[in-house]
Amino acid sequence: MKRTLAISAFVGAAVIVAGCASMPSPAALDQQALAMLKASFRDQGIAKVDRLNQDAVQKACSSDKPPAEALAKQIEGEALAAIKWPAGGRYLGDWREGEKLAQSGRGMTWSDASVATTANGGNCYNCHQISKQEISYGTLGPSLYNYGKLRGVKDVADPASAAIVQYTWGKMWNSKAYAACSNMPRFGHAGLLDEDQLRHLMALLLDPKSPVNQ
Amino acid sequence: MKRTWVVCALLVPLAAWAQPKPAPVVVPEYYRLLEDGNPAELFEAKGEALWTQKRGPKSASLEACDLGKGPGVVKGAWVEMPRYFADTKRVQDLESRLLTCMEVLQGFNAAEIAKTPFGRGEQVSIEALAAWISAASRGEKLALPQGHAEERRVYELGKRAFYYRAGPYDFSCASCHGEPGKRIRMQDLPELAKNPGDAVGFASWPAYRVSSGELWTMQRRLNDCFRQQRFPFPGYASDVTVALGVFMGVNAQGAVSSAPAIKR
Repeated sequence: MKRTLAISAFVGAAVIVAGCASMPSPAALDQQALAMLKASFRDQGIAKVDRLNQDAVQKACSSDKPPAEALAKQIEGEALAAIKWPAGGRYLGDWREGEKLAQSGRGMTWSDASVATTANGGNCYNCHQISKQEISYGTLGPSLYNYGKLRGVKDVADPASAAIVQYTWGKMWNSKAYAACSNMPRFGHAGLLDEDQLRHLMALLLDPKSPVNQ
Repeated sequence: MKRTWVVCALLVPLAAWAQPKPAPVVVPEYYRLLEDGNPAELFEAKGEALWTQKRGPKSASLEACDLGKGPGVVKGAWVEMPRYFADTKRVQDLESRLLTCMEVLQGFNAAEIAKTPFGRGEQVSIEALAAWISAASRGEKLALPQGHAEERRVYELGKRAFYYRAGPYDFSCASCHGEPGKRIRMQDLPELAKNPGDAVGFASWPAYRVSSGELWTMQRRLNDCFRQQRFPFPGYASDVTVALGVFMGVNAQGAVSSAPAIKR
């Protein structure tokens, strides 16, 4: 009986050893995957290989499982603390300019000429429904139709609207401040859009005169 | 009489289109209409001729090329790739395997072809060959082998590449292809971490693209994905592209291949 058990244990160990021999450990695979990425890409135009270097947020969100709750909270806290609020407390621009930016999917590919914010669009319709008029919209993000109206924004200068106005700025500046592994780019934090461009997008979402809120 | 018939024939589809329909209904209808007369057939015919033609510095055909099922066996090869090849000791997708065959059998310089832009030089030959070879497995189910340890290891590397977020937009493959039923603008996005079903995603490339009139191979599809992911430029047939092929193909095991398909 004891002997059978010992043999079983031995067979079990042998199977495990064989398994290990054929498949590297998860940590070793992580290293091999990194080496593979570094060896597989090259610079092209503005898209250089240094784009493969991850920051702490990207690293924490690169698995089929979300990061531990404590780490997610830490990422969100740090992102929130680093949000740059708009100069002079001016949050809103022109919704017409915002619509143009929302339509544009340009920016930061190797076929784009410049990394300047002026060369970039907001890419908003790629993932969101926004105005009712544009039927070609993506669904990766939630619908933003009636964004301000649904949140009761009748006058953006009203102190009652301050919380939603600030949240909206923060979400566009650094989406990870509110969801550590949000799919949305960090438009302000990553230098994709400047303050004036963000103000125009703010107006598109929040201005009661914007087609979004009709 | 004949003229009247022609006019009527033209009016019927126009009348059908005049009824406003929501875009999500019209788009699948558009794809269905496209399926009659797929110009990929022209590429298939060219690929078939290239397979037997004596070419390259060695003036040899590709008939001795082993795509995984023995020298010269084309039928069923596509749905079992990428796979491990003992002679190169590597997991290879169709295109990296074709590079090997073109170098070893025909004397072409594989590195030079890998550096050639899509749609030029010998890349044009590979497009046609990929169309013909994939067509020989049309209607068959994806059945990528995972028996070799290297095939399983490369799957794990492909999985890591799939979820790797980086670049100015923080995108990974999973940002767009991690959930079912999503779109960019009107474009449906296949979920690639699971089996997205027959004839979509990995089971539908290479494909003829109506918008550009080009035959896009899986390598070209991945290349443009990485461009839109705001990543740097992936080497043609580089390890990351092959690993992603293994990941997508194994996840879609059993899906029926429609390659070479037709796309907008």
